[in-house]
Parts: sequence; C-alpha cells; structure tokens
Amino acid sequence: MGRKKLVMVGNGMAGVRTLEELLKIAPDQYEITVFGAEPHPNYNRILLSPVLAGEMTIQDIILNDHQWYADHGITLHLGRKVKRIDRTQRRVLAEDGTEAAYDRLLLATGSNPFILPVPGNDLPGVISYRDIGDTDAMIDAARRYRHAVVIGGGLLGLEAANGLKLRGMDVTVVHLADWLLERQLDRTAGQMLQKSLEDRGLKFLLGKQTEMLIAGESGRVAGVRLKDGLQIPAELVVMAVGIRPNTALAESAGIYCHRGIVVNDTMQTYDPKIYAVGECVAHRGIAYGLVAPLFEQGKVAANHLGNYGISRYTGSVTSTKLKVTGIDLFSAGDFFGNQETEEIVLNDAAAGVYKKLVIKDNKLVGGVLYGDTADGPWYFQLLRDGQDIHEIRDHLLFGQSHVGDVGHQGHSKAAAMADSAEVCGCNGVSKGSIVKAIKEKGLFTLDDIKKHTKAASSCGSCAGLCEQILSATIGGAYTPAASNRKAVCGCTDYSHQEVRDAIRAKHLLTVPEVMRFLEWQTADGCDKCRPAINYYLISTWPQEARDDPRSRLINERAHANIQKDGTYSVVPRMWGGLTTASELRRIADVAEKYQVPTIKVTGGQRIDLLGIRKEDLIGVWKDLGMPSGHAYGKSIRTVKTCVGKEHCRFGTQLAMNMGVKLEKMLFDMYAPHKVKLAVSGCPRNCAEAGIKDVGVIGVDSGYELYVGGNGGIKTEVAQFFVKVTSDEEVLEYGGAFLQLYREEGYYLERTCHYLERVGLEHAKNRVVEDEENRKALYGRLLAELKDRPDPWAERIRGVERNEYEMLTL
Amino acid sequence: MAEWKSICTLEEIPRLGSRVVRSTSGNIAVFRTSSGEVFALRDRCPHQGGPLSQGLVHGNQVTCPLHGWKLRLDSGEAVAPDQGCSRRYPIRVESGTVFLEI
Repeated sequence: MGRKKLVMVGNGMAGVRTLEELLKIAPDQYEITVFGAEPHPNYNRILLSPVLAGEMTIQDIILNDHQWYADHGITLHLGRKVKRIDRTQRRVLAEDGTEAAYDRLLLATGSNPFILPVPGNDLPGVISYRDIGDTDAMIDAARRYRHAVVIGGGLLGLEAANGLKLRGMDVTVVHLADWLLERQLDRTAGQMLQKSLEDRGLKFLLGKQTEMLIAGESGRVAGVRLKDGLQIPAELVVMAVGIRPNTALAESAGIYCHRGIVVNDTMQTYDPKIYAVGECVAHRGIAYGLVAPLFEQGKVAANHLGNYGISRYTGSVTSTKLKVTGIDLFSAGDFFGNQETEEIVLNDAAAGVYKKLVIKDNKLVGGVLYGDTADGPWYFQLLRDGQDIHEIRDHLLFGQSHVGDVGHQGHSKAAAMADSAEVCGCNGVSKGSIVKAIKEKGLFTLDDIKKHTKAASSCGSCAGLCEQILSATIGGAYTPAASNRKAVCGCTDYSHQEVRDAIRAKHLLTVPEVMRFLEWQTADGCDKCRPAINYYLISTWPQEARDDPRSRLINERAHANIQKDGTYSVVPRMWGGLTTASELRRIADVAEKYQVPTIKVTGGQRIDLLGIRKEDLIGVWKDLGMPSGHAYGKSIRTVKTCVGKEHCRFGTQLAMNMGVKLEKMLFDMYAPHKVKLAVSGCPRNCAEAGIKDVGVIGVDSGYELYVGGNGGIKTEVAQFFVKVTSDEEVLEYGGAFLQLYREEGYYLERTCHYLERVGLEHAKNRVVEDEENRKALYGRLLAELKDRPDPWAERIRGVERNEYEMLTL
Repeated sequence: MAEWKSICTLEEIPRLGSRVVRSTSGNIAVFRTSSGEVFALRDRCPHQGGPLSQGLVHGNQVTCPLHGWKLRLDSGEAVAPDQGCSRRYPIRVESGTVFLEI
C-alpha cells in the first residue's frame, strides 16, 4: 500500500513546524506536498524587524532551506497560490494549474494585514508589513524617499517605524488610541515608551484618524490627510493596523469559518480530513498572532496527523515584548486590573523604570514592565502557574533575585550583560554565542539552547538567565510552559505530575509498563526520563515496584561517584560525623593497600577516598567494614553535627546524639534529589543548619526545625518550620516533612525548589497542623526504611557482580 | 591480524546494560540493547574521554556518564548537534556466545 498524501497550503512558521513535529513522530507516514505563495522557503517572520533595522539579513532568518525539503522528500511548490480546494475529489488546485491530491489537508494560510478602507489605499507607496516583499519595499523606499508615515502604533507599527528611522527616513506614527500599544501597555508605560521613541527622533500623532491618502504628481502617494484636517507628507505609507486570519480559501471550499477557520481541540476543521494551524485559525473563538501558541497548535496537529490521537490544544496565555533594540518592555495577562484586583506599582520616571503587577486572590494575574524587564519571564511563569504569592508579596516587585535567593543566577541581568559576558559558568558559554545560536539556528526553547550551546545543560543555574536572553532575542515568541505542565523530557509530552498520577491511578509497576501506557515516543526513554520514572515507581509502590538498576545513572548503579578520569570515589558513612580510632586505622590501611592517590575530608564531615578503580570497589568496601555513605545518591547524604552539649560549654542540646538518631532513621532513604541535614546544639549554629534540607537548632527549651535550606547552586536560607520539645518530635516532624517531599517532589527537585513550587504553608498544613496526616507520613517513612540493607554489604555478598568485573580477551 | 575472540555469553551482558573488555589497545565497551542487539565501541567518549560503558543505554544510543553526550551504538557517531566519533569494533553473537573481532 502506498503512503498517504498530505498536502499543506501555506509555507509559514506554524505549518512547517507542524511538519517537523510530524516527521519526528511518523517520518514515513505521508508523502508531503507544500504550496507556498511567497517565493521563499520557510523563514523566521519574527525577525523581519531586525532585517528592516539593518541588524540581520534575509539569509540569516531562513529556518528551513531548500535542502531541508529535499532531505525529507517534500515536494515544494513556491510562488504558487492555491485557489481552490475540491473536497469531493480531495485535491487542491493552484492558480498556475498545479494540482495535488490529498488524503489529509493541512491549512496554514496565515493572516493578511488589514488595509484601512480609506480613499487612496491602493496607491503605489502604500504597503503593509507582513512578509519579505514588504520588508524589501520598505528598505528600497528608505533609499529613495524622505517621509514615511506608519499608520498604527501597535507592536508591528512601532517596529516598522523604528526600522525606517534607522534607515534614515523622517517617520511619523499615526495612531487611533490615546497611547501607544494600548493593548499591551497601560497609559503610564505607553507614555514612557513614547518618550524614549521620541528621543530617537520618531514623531507621533495620537488620537488621530486617517481620512485619506493623497496622490502626488507621479501617481505615488505623497501625503496623509487626517480627519481633523491635518495633512502630512509621506512618500511611503505603512499600514500596520492589525491582521485578519486568511480564511478566503477555506471559505470558498465551504469550511466553517468565524473570525478564522474554526477548529476543535485537535486542530481539526469541520471537514475531518482537513486540519488547520496558525494565524488563520480560530480556536475557542481566539485567533493567535504570536508564534508560541502556534507552535503548540502545530505539535497537537502533528500528533493527530501522525495517528497518535492523544494530544489536545486548550488555548494559550501570551506575553508581549517589543523587538526594538534598547527598549525594554514586557506585559502579560490582565494588566489593567479592575475592582477586584490589587496593584503593586513602582514608577521611577527619571530612571525610566516602571513596573506594575496586578494581583487577584493572592495570585499574579497580569503585569507591565518598562525599562527593566529582567524579571518578565519569572513573573510570567508565576502567572501561568497560578502560584500563591502572598508569602513573597513584600519582595515581589523587586524581582526573583530578591526573593531569598543569593545564588549564581541572581548576579546578572541578561539585558545589561555584554556579549562577551559569561552566562554558563559550567561550560563557558557567553551571552553573545547564545544570541548568535538563537538567531542563526532559529532556536525557540530553553531545550534548544541547551542542545546547541550547552549553556544551562550542566548545573542548570543559568537556565533563568538563558530564558531572559531567549525572551529578549525573540520577544513574545518565547512562551515557557507552566511548570506543572513541562514535559519530563523530549521522549514524552507528559509532565512529572502526570507520570506520577498515572503510576498511582493505573497501578503501574515497571518502567516499560509506564512507557507503554503513556505512549512514550522513544523505545527505552533516555537518561532524563528513565531515572525519573524509576523513582516515581519505587516511591509510589515501595512494597511492589522493584528498583531497576538499568534506570539508575552510573553513580547510583555502582554505589560510588564517577570521576573525570573514570575512577571512582568512596565515602564511608560516619554517623553524625563521628568516627573511631579503629575506623581511621582501617581507612588508612585501605588507602595504602589500594594506593589511593587522594584522601579528602568532605564538607559533610567524613572522609573521601578518591581515585579507586571500579574493579577494586568491592575489595575496598570489604576492607573498610563501614556502611555506604551514599555520597553518590539522590538520597540521604549526611547529618552534620556540632559537638553540642556533650562537650561544648554553650551547648543546650545533645547535638551529636540527635544527629546520629536522625541519620540512623534515614539510612538508605532515596528521594527526588539529595537530602542533607544538620543539628546544632545552640543558636550559634556551628553545624550550619540554615542551609540544609532539614536543619535542627537546639535551644534551651527544645529544638527549632528549619526546612528547605540549600548551600549549592541556589543558596537558600532554610525557613522556620516548627518548634518542638523532644528528640522524638524532631524525628517525627523532620521525618514527616521528608516523606511529604518524597511523595510530592518531582525528580531532581531539591526541597527548596519543591517548597518554592507548593509553598511553605502547604508543607506546614500537612505536617505541623494536621497531626493525623503527620503521623501517617511518619509511619509510611518508617515502614519503608525498616531494616534497609547496606548496598555495599549486599554487593560484597555478590549482588550485581557483573557491574564490577571486567572481561578479558 | 584481526581475529574473532569469544568474550562472554550474551546473558552476561545485562539488557540495556554493558560490559568492559580489557584489551592491549585500551578498553572496549560492549553494549546490549532492549531489542537484544549487541554493539562494541572504544570505551572513550570523543568529548572528554568519559567511559561510555558506564553510561545509560536507550534505543540504539548511549549517554556518556560525564557530560551527557549521546553516541549512536551502530556508528559510534555523536548525536547532533554534538560532533565526534568513537571507534566501532565488529561484534556478533553465535549460539549465545559473544564474539569480538580484534
């Protein structure tokens, strides 16, 4: 049986993205034919403004060159406009007579600029701003003429005006509303924008309506007359008053259209054989004009065209950014507000900074930023997540770096960084090379940046910075998914929460079962999703699901830490940081016997033997005669202690004793990420409990518990959790909190990130306020950790022996 | 002169796992995929020399344990956008025994 035929009408970003998604999941299903009215292959329409401004060339913004179509066996008809769809015969007909038959048709006809119905709108020199042709016409006009009028003070209009000004024209913007970008900005921000554009030499006529365009002697447009009688010279008039979904072809074929080609949540039109994506579409009554929602639509359409049938498009929240170099503005959501909302406003006119956040029911519902938009992506994420912000409300306006975070990512603001400045400290990637990759390779997501530049692919602390750079470079095209909807990895569209929910609801017990049920798009997943699934399985069904060593990364599989030269490091457990002369003697003997090149005291109060060959690991463990320190695991690491009341003259509690009790209780506890504790015997806090996942500080009347601290990538001070009076309560409250984190935390989410997501209140409600729930959590933790074997002892006995033995020829 | 040498039984390589063969010209990583195919590559990632045998196997690829490069087991080539290659060795399975040509 031959392959089915897919025909696509429209060769723009949304349509081609749909094909790319389709080729990824069903590469051989269709014989594909594409009709494009423009003579160019698919290019990045978002970057037309930088082309107009002379910052890039057409060649820079081509996304898929001719070779790409050829490589995928796609028949490409450029410069041929489809004039008719014959739905009975299932074929399309182009103006030049080219025909193509289809089994499935994909309409991606985009939109047309709206042309004001005024006399003279068809004169030479009157254009819209939509494609490469328009851009070329503007560049050409700028060489030959002096006066330009841009009608429309929206995003596109301002970008056009700015570009024409940079090309030396005298530019006036005529706008109907009282301030610029009235749909994206409030009046204050709009006026600030106007002022900075006026400083660049642009002129504005606001609250004005165009009456007619006047022809000159040559027949070309020569001026614009406004309704109030004012007349201004113009040899170039750019109409940028909005776009209309291009539905002419669909309507002529009798496909139902209403403010766009109407589609359902699977992007199917009223004709089940015909799908539609992009600006031509009306989904739940909305036609989107930004690229991010269109890409989401493309992914959904591809899923259904590829016969997967499991994906739905449910609409998008969008944000706005103006691509005029040197002007920073950002807006999202409902930024006007109403009687039910509250506003937090900062207005520093002299510095040119304005920020307004709109809040409803303790949630961010909208915002406008002008002059300093570094936190735009963060606010947008808060908005999309619907996160409760009342705990951080005091600091909200000052941005993410003021919300208790003093780590690496708080240092810099993307916009202010020089191109040579280092963004990713792990892989040495500069801002300039990220921007270059975004533009040249046409990157749209953080994942793309990670793949192509390696930035943010190691420790991830610069991910926020990379998102800022992405958003500054491609503007509103960048729309991050809501946190709880972010896909686990490229192997699936499902999020961590959805995977965990499915495992619980369907009682799934193995990695292949999960992948089958959730229709994983790769055979065995990857190094990102398999460890995550394995964790959700064993944490959801601890008695039933079996740990899969093949889904553990090397450190957890070998029970030692791999080093850059392929050797391993061994850290034996020293309960609460305490050791004995006999243990130290054995460590010394092992170090000599195996010629350990480096012996180091760790930050977790124990001793690290570095440079051990893998085949020696079992011998080393045997000779040490000490349990695993789990220094390699997403699990309990150490409980650091001070000497406490046992010896210290200031001590109020037996810190070492408490630490040992906690560490013994938690032995071999795996978790979403590593877990570190500390116990100090007095508020001087020598054990540094303030930067631990659970920090315990002894006071005269008992203990104070702190949670969610972190001394790593994102330095975070632990937050006060509860005050207790006995050792037993420390175990119960601390244990219950950790069990809650184990059951709700996403894989590779530290406690500080988990709390940032769910809120401290949530954890307090479940553990501190709700005694019954606390006891249940604590009970589940103890049941799971009862009689946990030492992984090193098991391997000495022969478990997973193959892992440690080499083969010889 | 290259010759075929028996190295282990198929069962001794875990599914979705690997073994390391010591040889005079450096270590060789031997992989077994979920579909039961076996592959052999030089145990050195073209990026920074990481031991590929310690990586996670998925589909016909392995992810290097050091910095996450992905290499194709059938060709030894790095998956784009990374570029580089690790040497392949001929390998076959005959009635449950794995032979390596070296």
